[in-house]
Amino acid sequence: MAVALVLVLIVVGSVLFHLLSPWWWTPIASNWGYIDNTISITFWITGVVFAAVVLFMAYCVFRFRHREGNRAAYEPENKRLESWLTIVTAVGVTALLVPGLFVWSQFVNVPSDATVVEVVGQQWQWSFRLPGKDGKLGRSDTREVTADNPLGVIAGDPNGQDDVVVEAADLHLPVGKPVKMLLRSIDVLHDFYVPEFRAKMDMIPGSVTYFWFTPTKTGTFQVLCAELCGQGHPLMNGIVIVDTEQDYVAWLDQQQTFAQLSAPQQTGSAQQAPGKATASALKVAAKLETVGSR
Amino acid sequence: MVDITPADAVPAAEVPEMELYHPHSWWTKYIFSQDAKVIAIQYSATATAIGMVALVLSWLMRLQLGFPGTFDFITPEAYYQFITMHGMIMVVYLLTALFLGGFGNYLIPLMVGARDMVFPYVNMLSYWIYLLAVVVLVSSFFAPGGPTGAGWTLYPPQAIMTGTPGGQDWGIILMLVSLILFIIGFTMGGLNYVVTVLQARTRGMTLMRLPLTVWGIFTATVMALLAFPALFVACVMMLFDRALGTSFFMPAIVEMGEQLQHGGGSPILFQHLFWFFGHPEVYIVALPAFGIVSDLISTHARKNIFGYRMMVWAIVGIGALSFVVWAHHMYVSGMHPYFGFFFATTTLIIAVPTAIKVYNWVLTLWRGDIHLTIPMLFALAFIVTFVNGGLTGLFLGNVVVDVPLSDTMFVVAHFHMVMGVAPILVIFGAIYHWYPKVTGRMLNETLGQFHFWVTFLGAYLIFFPMHYLGLVGLPRRYAELTDMTIMTESAHHLNSFISIMAFIVGFAQIVFLFNLIWSIRHGREAGGNPWRATTLEWQTSETPPAHGNFGKDLPIVYRWAYDYSVPGAKEDFIPQNVPGSFGTYKEPA
Repeated sequence: MAVALVLVLIVVGSVLFHLLSPWWWTPIASNWGYIDNTISITFWITGVVFAAVVLFMAYCVFRFRHREGNRAAYEPENKRLESWLTIVTAVGVTALLVPGLFVWSQFVNVPSDATVVEVVGQQWQWSFRLPGKDGKLGRSDTREVTADNPLGVIAGDPNGQDDVVVEAADLHLPVGKPVKMLLRSIDVLHDFYVPEFRAKMDMIPGSVTYFWFTPTKTGTFQVLCAELCGQGHPLMNGIVIVDTEQDYVAWLDQQQTFAQLSAPQQTGSAQQAPGKATASALKVAAKLETVGSR
Repeated sequence: MVDITPADAVPAAEVPEMELYHPHSWWTKYIFSQDAKVIAIQYSATATAIGMVALVLSWLMRLQLGFPGTFDFITPEAYYQFITMHGMIMVVYLLTALFLGGFGNYLIPLMVGARDMVFPYVNMLSYWIYLLAVVVLVSSFFAPGGPTGAGWTLYPPQAIMTGTPGGQDWGIILMLVSLILFIIGFTMGGLNYVVTVLQARTRGMTLMRLPLTVWGIFTATVMALLAFPALFVACVMMLFDRALGTSFFMPAIVEMGEQLQHGGGSPILFQHLFWFFGHPEVYIVALPAFGIVSDLISTHARKNIFGYRMMVWAIVGIGALSFVVWAHHMYVSGMHPYFGFFFATTTLIIAVPTAIKVYNWVLTLWRGDIHLTIPMLFALAFIVTFVNGGLTGLFLGNVVVDVPLSDTMFVVAHFHMVMGVAPILVIFGAIYHWYPKVTGRMLNETLGQFHFWVTFLGAYLIFFPMHYLGLVGLPRRYAELTDMTIMTESAHHLNSFISIMAFIVGFAQIVFLFNLIWSIRHGREAGGNPWRATTLEWQTSETPPAHGNFGKDLPIVYRWAYDYSVPGAKEDFIPQNVPGSFGTYKEPA
């Protein structure tokens, strides 16, 4: 009795929790409303299945609980019932999968008019690079990374000279324009994640990954790192500001290009080597401090 | 339901009676024992002990998440070490070791009607190497720099770099060495389990008469033998990267502004190797639980398991499919996005055999005679949590739905529900069920009720609401959840609530351990077959069974394992070794 009641209460409680919970996804600020819809469909289908299975169990526990003189039925198989259940399940699963794959194909196929923004992750900060007037990003290589060239842009590539470099600062994006985020890391795995945009993707040193989206709301959004990247992981925040076209252009005008940044000051990075292990441990501590104070 | 003559039912034994090793001293009988039952208890005790470490680690991390900034000793470094060791211990050193090394060793020979495992000496070595792996793992807590904090997935490059605790110290090295040892030890045991099931079954014990417990453990072992080698090579390669400076997983990298000497390696290759092991691993834990829970439900509902053949094929089918779904852990890893179509499809297909298992469990309850014993309660709780956790798997398996939820608390809630809570509830049910066979005494019922209700409801209250934190977007593996615009006051309260529940549930486990020890001497005497069950382990001449399991003659099997409430039979169960044409469900030839 009590057990059946508890099972019913678990279903009722879970459904009520779902309906009344203040914890729900953030208001969406990108075109990926489809993803939210797919989640909603999944909630409906799985919610019905969960309630049905547990309530059926509760009924069995109540109805067929042991009483003196009871005896169970003997029914090893029931082919018809088993086939029906298999078919119904397969249909339900298909109903989840097909819309999911449909949206996925939109997610991975970038529209041709998307502009490109490169995101570079490093322990524990975000930097960005935008193509200049030529609309092309210059090539890059982790081997080229130095203190003066933190993103490893290949200096000999003419396409890279006018690239706008935003080192460890906020990224601005124009509202309503599809953007392809090219993701790169120079040290460990990171993951560029803005909850309001719904999209995320890991960044892998040695590869360039991507996702695309269209920002649909102006405002300030926090970037989180969603792939464990060492002890500074929770501090690896950044900011994306979605602007109106005018504000965006104004911001872009103030940014410096790769050529401007690498031209004048050739001050040396010529301090070196008091034992590698201690040196890098000190650097970790120093890095954590600077990241933490921001 | 077709009558068959006993002559049909008893084919010749596949191997003749085996010669047992006879211990000569206390040392060889109880410590360096070759008796699978003693080895099972050694495995279980070691797994439980290291599991308690993992429990304490979970408390420490919940202290930090529930009450951030209150406990100064939980630095981010320490927090990452806690989550890493908690995860690795629970998945590998507790769940895998307990299901296969513990339950496998105890139940396989008894249930198939064998005297012992077929290679008892290797079986003994398996345990001692496992113990060594555990000792190496624990030693990392005392090594300079402490254990590794790379997350249980140990993703390079960060796992072997300075910014990760233990990355350039001893932590990661000891972790990898310990895993390599574990795999060596497991392989020795695993070969035993497989060969014993295939070669040492008693006369009449056809494959389609095996209890589902044996099917579950057998299939899981085959999978583990195929999956662990992937982890093995990944560990060896990463050890080379870390210790010898090779670059299997290391591309050109800048560490804190300094160019490292690595180049040309692929971090994502490690992920493929890891999850080629890691996903089957989920089912290596789940399939024994599926098998055991089937037997618990059937025995305590006094009814044959519904759709036995379908259950067997579902176990085998899930086992096979689980080798082609691994990259659903990598939808946002940056692998080629078109893989998403393939792996989402295979992943959702696996939901079908899994759902069939759930239907057959609840249909076994239908028109049963349900005794709400403690094992039965745990079995019911397993179904609730497994269905819940399995359904959230449909979110994460469906590639595009995974994108916003991946790496959030939703994932943490999902896998804890489905491969943490659910299998552990089965382990508890199994312990209450078989403890009388192991010790001859019943576990205390009152303490058992307390343990059950607190564990089940508490665990549900921990992990069900946690999904919703993930829906908000809160990432996992954050040592602090404070510095975020999406983090609300109410989410903080929910985190504190979850932490408090974690302490309560953890406390209930201490009550359970007390019960385990107390009942060895003070429990009610059980007799040989307290649950009136059909399978062979309950038909031994002695309880606990002596070395060699079955006295002078091995049992002969005449029927499947589920002749409960057979119409016309006097009792509501007919043991497998009872001859006669009653009931005897006709299994396929």
